[in-house]
Formats: sequence, structure tokens, C-alpha cells
Amino acid sequence: MAGMRMQQGIVLDGFTVGERVHHGGMATLWQVTRPDLAQPLLMKVPRIAEGDDPAAIVSFEMEQMILPRLSGPHVQACFGAGDFARQPYVVMEQIAGETLYRRLPDLPLPYGEAVAIAGKIALALADLHAQHVIHHDIKPSSVMFRPDGDAVLIDYGLSHHAQLPDLLQEEFRLPFGTAPYMAPERLLGVRNDPRSDLFSLGVLPYFFTTGERPFGESETLRGMQRRLWRDATPPRKLRADYPPWLQEIVLRCLEIEPAWRYPTAAQLAFDLGHPDQVKLTSRADKLNRDPLSTAWRRRFNGQVMPTRTPSDVAAQLATAPIVAVALDTTEGAADLNEALRVTAGRILAILPSARLACLNVLKLNRLSIDRTLDEHDNNKHVDRLVMLRHWAQPLQLDAGRLTTHVLEALDPAAAILEFAAVNRVDHIVIGARQNTRLRSLLGSVSAKVAAEAGCSVTVVRPPKRAGDP
Amino acid sequence: MRLAIFADIHANKQAFTACLDDARARGTDRIILLGDFVGYGADPDWVVETAMALVADGALAVAGNHDRAVGTPSETMTAEAQAAIEWTRGRLGAAQRRFLAELPLTAEDDDRLYIHAEASQPARWRYVRETADAARSLAANPAQLSFCGHIHQPALYSMSMAGKMTQFVPPAIPGADVPVQLLHGRQWLAVMGSVGQPRDGNPAAAFAVYDTDQREITYCRVPYDVEAAAAAIRANGLPPRLADRLFEGR
Repeated sequence: MAGMRMQQGIVLDGFTVGERVHHGGMATLWQVTRPDLAQPLLMKVPRIAEGDDPAAIVSFEMEQMILPRLSGPHVQACFGAGDFARQPYVVMEQIAGETLYRRLPDLPLPYGEAVAIAGKIALALADLHAQHVIHHDIKPSSVMFRPDGDAVLIDYGLSHHAQLPDLLQEEFRLPFGTAPYMAPERLLGVRNDPRSDLFSLGVLPYFFTTGERPFGESETLRGMQRRLWRDATPPRKLRADYPPWLQEIVLRCLEIEPAWRYPTAAQLAFDLGHPDQVKLTSRADKLNRDPLSTAWRRRFNGQVMPTRTPSDVAAQLATAPIVAVALDTTEGAADLNEALRVTAGRILAILPSARLACLNVLKLNRLSIDRTLDEHDNNKHVDRLVMLRHWAQPLQLDAGRLTTHVLEALDPAAAILEFAAVNRVDHIVIGARQNTRLRSLLGSVSAKVAAEAGCSVTVVRPPKRAGDP
Repeated sequence: MRLAIFADIHANKQAFTACLDDARARGTDRIILLGDFVGYGADPDWVVETAMALVADGALAVAGNHDRAVGTPSETMTAEAQAAIEWTRGRLGAAQRRFLAELPLTAEDDDRLYIHAEASQPARWRYVRETADAARSLAANPAQLSFCGHIHQPALYSMSMAGKMTQFVPPAIPGADVPVQLLHGRQWLAVMGSVGQPRDGNPAAAFAVYDTDQREITYCRVPYDVEAAAAAIRANGLPPRLADRLFEGR
């Protein structure tokens, strides 16, 4: 393996090496510049001196393969890579600021802040999973934030890309990762389940709101293996005022069985963004861990659980979309709403992990500066929610799969589009009227939504009857 | 340079034509043929003729067990394969049979080894089914990159400097033909899927493109006229199972 001496001032593939900004166990970070690139850049160089951990090499190989394939606001942009034939390195965008690790002295954080942080990381994970990558090392020091608030996930040395060879699969006997955050199935060698990241993400709000890690800090394999059968202490035990909805979310993330967690990061982000819509199960008000007898049965009756079939990341995401149905409540929309229900029912029938968000836009006729609702407005709002529930009732959805939302806006199409973008909706189902008189008067909401949405849109029309014009 | 690598064409004219067209559209400069031109399929004549023309034009070719079996009846095979080979012998002219008989077992170019089955005992036609088989092949030949076929199921194996193996099965999903970088510092064994008789549950014809500058391999799948290939097998009185399996890719 060739290697050149890294030092300030040398030029490597057009990059001029500047100051060394970090010298860690696995890699060294250098500031670099290239004349055609204005933004600050970092060059990551693995430590491969004799006697160094071979893990550093393999982790670097993974990062070198995965980083150039990622894009979007939630990852560092990659500008070049060199391999072991000469000098291994990757050059990437330098994100200003510190990682979330710097916040540890401030723990416990207020609930609102911890939830906001977890929500941002969940959105970043949803984006990463959609790019076929499981991060496998979500922890405070892997998370940074852009000035606009978007979370950036860094360090892909332990990651798994569903469309690329996994060089870590047989490389090490011990599962690699950071002990307090590692999902139990990782201890069994499972590396292809994106829900492992949701477990790690669940550790964060738990830790950030209580100041304690749910599974301690044990680094021994034996200590880590306890999480295969022993559940975490409910956070309410540590903070009596713990919001039940937050405990519900956190404990669902920390489920031992991946299938019992959220099916996707987008669905988790959805719940973090809509506390009032979280279905409260027995997790929500648990005060103690499961009785020891339960834990012991779990430990020794392992064979009753179905063996996990290897799942494709993309396939798993595809079965658990967030579907939003926009309903019209004006008179004469009964036929259309019936048609919408039929269409929604078809979509949900084949996707048992999909969730449905029912939307209705309460159109405001004026820009109100005072946002407090008067009693009349409030009643209208509640009426609409009741109507949405009533509409969805025949679909017989589990409460955990159904949410209802009344959006208030001047422009209904814009409100629906914004809801879809913020909540990572995968599919919008919206009705269009046959009657064109109103449409020409108001402009078509469905046409605007169909034209501008960042996701799939199904436009539903009421059945045409014989004799209709 | 971009190489188009084909293995296990098995006298399937429709599949080979579709793959050659697809490879051309992907901008490949050189063709590598990893053996088993004949057997199973109904167009040995056309496929061997095409291979001979490609080789005359600079393509590299190695022998597969079915190619050898044409001239060496002692090769052991399944009953269906045996029947197809006996039929094939009656279809090929002297020049074509000589072409098949004279194909080398291995070929090397730069840091790349081309072989039909695997490198530890090329004439034994052992299958690369798992990492242990791949490790044996990689240990037997120091080439950094080996390309083979024979098993009719695409896979990519690597061996690290510490001797650790990895296995990767390229996803058989349309659009998932992403290039994989064959990193320096490892030995790689790229197993091709089959052009003419895929057996990984996906009936689409398989081949791969390797970019020597980027060091990237792309596993490609190409839909082709299975109906026509199967009809030709039936029309020639070959075992019907050989036609049926093309629809399932089994």
C-alpha cells in the first residue's frame, strides 16, 4: 500500500492541503481548498499506519463507496475520493458548527427542544433510507445542523448500502457501532434492516430528556446482549411529568422486535410533529419495565418469534407510505368523497403499514393578524375534525394508522402542498369536481396540487351518471 | 476502456442479441466472452458464428464446459444438458467445432483474469456458490480482478488484505444497476449472471459492464423475447423443460 506523507501545503489531485483540524482514532481531518470550489472543504484521511486497527481501513472503504452516491441537504456533499493505490482520502463539504455531542452537558433538555431535535434527525434518516442507506451509527456525534435547521448525518464508515457490497458483513466478529445506541438485532449480525436506525434514534430523545441512556454505557458484549430481552426503564420513572405521547414514541422506537417499531423514519417524524395525534397504547403510561418473568421468557423462548427475513430497504419503505387524502366538505361533495374513500381503501388494502392523514382546508377569507380563534372558528374546526373521522370510519383503520388535520389557509392548494412537504407525504389523493363552473371561478385546487407536489398525486373524480352533461 | 462481459449465452440468440444491443447503447469498447456459447438453446449455429466474428474483431473468449462437451463426449452432464449437446453437435460445422475446441480455459489482461467456472481447478468446472468457493478461486490466482460465470446467478465477492470475504448479490430490480467500485487493496471475483438461461428467479438476460478507468462494475439486466427463444427450443425437439425454465429464470 503506497502512501504519501500528508502535510500542510501539499497538493493532492488538485486539492491544496491546509490545516489539520482533527486527529482521531480512525481518521485525520484536514482543511483543503480547490480553486474552483468556494465552500469550505474537509479531507478525511484514514489512519492506516502499521499496527492500526484494520477496522479503520474497512470503514474507510465503505465511506469511500457510499459518500459519493449520497445527495441532498442531510449529508455532506462529496467532492472527490482517492483510494489505497496511492493516498486514500475523501473530500467533503465542511459543515459549520458542532455536532450534537456538544449538547451533552446541557442535559436534560426541555421536552420541546428534544422532540424538535429528534424530529429533524428522523427527517434526515427518512431521506437517507430513501437513498438505500442505513446509517448504523446514529448518536450525538454523528449529527450536525445546517444554519436553516436541517439535520446533517455524518460518518458513514459503518453504514450499509442496499445496492453495494457490504464490506463489514463478515469482517468482524463483534458487531461494530456505538454500544449505547446499537439496536439489539445488530448483535445478531443483522445489517440490512433500516429500523435499526430508528432504535438508535429512539435512544437520543430518551437520553436528551432524562439525562440517562436507556441501556447504560456497557461496552461488553454480555452487557449489550441484555437488550435482546430486557426492555428499557420507561422514562416516566425518571421524570414524573413525562408526556405520555413522548413516552409512547420513545418506547416504540426502543422495541426489541424491529417489526414493533415504526415502519419508517417518515412515520416516526410524523408522530413527532403531531403529538396530539399519537395513538397512546400501554407503552404511554408504563411506569416500570416489563416484569422479570416476561423478560426471562423473552430471553429463553426466543424461538417463538418469527425469524427475520432479510428485507430490502427500498421494499420496506415502499410498503409503509404516508398517504394524505384531501377532503372537500362543501355541499354536493358526497359523491366525490365516496369515490375518494374507495380509492383510499384500495391503496390501504395492499399496504398494511401505510398510514392515512385526512386533510381538510378551512379556508380563511382574510389575513388575520390575531391568530386566536374565536368560539365560532373553534367550533368550525372541531366540526371538520369530526367530519373527517366520520368519513374515515368505514375504512376501519387502527387508530395508529389514521390522523386527521384541519389546515387553515387562504390558499387550499398551497396548504395541502405544504403539509405534504413538511410531513414527507408519499402520495396525495385529492378529488376533482366534474362541474367546471366552480373550478373556472376558483381555479382548480387538484390541478395545482397535481402540478406542484413533490410526490405522487391521484386525482379522483366522482362517477359520471347517465344523463350528466 | 469499457468492457462488456457475457457468460453462459447457451445458444440463446434472442437474449444475446438483446444484450449486445444494450451493451452497445452503454458505450462499451471491448467484448469479453466467458464461455458456454452452446447447450440448452436452439441457436448454437448463430451464436458460435457471432462469437467467432466478435473474436476476429478483438473480443476475448474462454471455454465453458458445454463448449468442451461438444468435442469431448466424456464430459458428465445432466440428462437434459446431454440431450441438448448431442443435438448441438449435429448443428455445428467443422470450423465452429474447431473454434469451440480451441478456446483457452483462461485468459488474462492487465490485472484481470477471465475464466468460465473458477480458478482453483479450471477444468473441473466447480461452481462458485458461496464465499468459501470464491476464496478458493481468489487464493489460486493472484489477479486482482477475476471474472467468471457458470453458476447462472450474479454475485460479487471480495477478499480483503486480511483474507476476509464479503459477498454481494446485485439487486435484480429494474433501475438498480448501479456501478460498484472495485476498490484497490482487495481482490474481487465478479460472477456474471447468464445471458441465455438466467437462474436467479429473474428471466431477464444478464451481463455486466466493467469500466477499467473508474474501476466500476455494473450488473445489467435486459428483457428479451423469451417467447421466441422458448418456441425455437420446442420446435427443435429439445427437452421442453429447457423452454419452460426461461420464463421463470430458474
